[in-house]
Amino acid sequence: MMLTLHAAPVMTAAFLASLVEFVEALTVVLAVGSVRGWRPALTGTALGLATLGALVAVLGPALTRIPLEAVQLAVGVLLLLFGLRWLRKAILRAAGVIPLHDEAAAFAGETAVMRSYGRVRDRAWDAVAIGTSFKIVMLEGIEVVFIVIAVGAAGGLLLPASLGALAALVLVILLGVALHRPLARIPENALKFAVGVLLSAFGAFWVGEGIGIDWPGADWVLLALVAGFLAVALAAVPLCRGRRALAVAAD
Amino acid sequence: MGALRTLARELVALFVDDGSLALSALLWVAACALAVRLGLPAGWVGAALAVGLAAILAENALRAASRKS
Repeated sequence: MMLTLHAAPVMTAAFLASLVEFVEALTVVLAVGSVRGWRPALTGTALGLATLGALVAVLGPALTRIPLEAVQLAVGVLLLLFGLRWLRKAILRAAGVIPLHDEAAAFAGETAVMRSYGRVRDRAWDAVAIGTSFKIVMLEGIEVVFIVIAVGAAGGLLLPASLGALAALVLVILLGVALHRPLARIPENALKFAVGVLLSAFGAFWVGEGIGIDWPGADWVLLALVAGFLAVALAAVPLCRGRRALAVAAD
Repeated sequence: MGALRTLARELVALFVDDGSLALSALLWVAACALAVRLGLPAGWVGAALAVGLAAILAENALRAASRKS
């Protein structure tokens, strides 16, 4: 029961957070492929995924050798900072303080950048296309690796976290192959809001365990933490909207 | 080197967007750790940790929303 209580939210958090990152990577790879050709775009993607695989193979076993309490505190702090940052941004986006992330606009921008490099001279080894695809897969992929480690390592649940991320990768690849255009309809901010709540709750939980807090209700307190962060974040949205309106009116 | 620098910058940006949010959260965690060391009831410290972090988040978001763009 306790394992399910942890495994289900861990898998969900890893799936949703990874989905957001993979969607962002797909947008750039699609832009590269449509302008510079699919072969270099997919070569860069494959190189990025292979490098990430090697990183996971090295980092994964190393983590198991670190004492659990140290992992809980270190991972908890990183998870907390990561979650609070996502949640803050999601609140401000939902309140209209900062603009929503627009995959269609990101695709148009990246396509324009690819065109600005001029015509492709060597279709077999297009360094611009390979480099761009490699970089975006590495950047977004490292975030995914961190998310998997962060949500899975402290509780010994790396497997469900990895499965969640893998499911997101497969889903995004399938959608990308089927649609051949950016996944602009995925409600990224709602996902970030939900993931921000989950990561903040997990972060607070593991930080607490790491500093020696004996949580009342043991693992069940996670549900209370999720509910608490969700309630505060939802309440903050209209308050931020009101504050923004006052600030604009005062200008 | 440029790519490595970009990667390092992106990694830091994963955790720190608004410096005051990260710093406040870290200071609050440190204060709660100290409270546990001093022998305060761990259950109460846990509640204070969660409530404090949520309050820090809300205050930071409200302050960002009030800022003149």
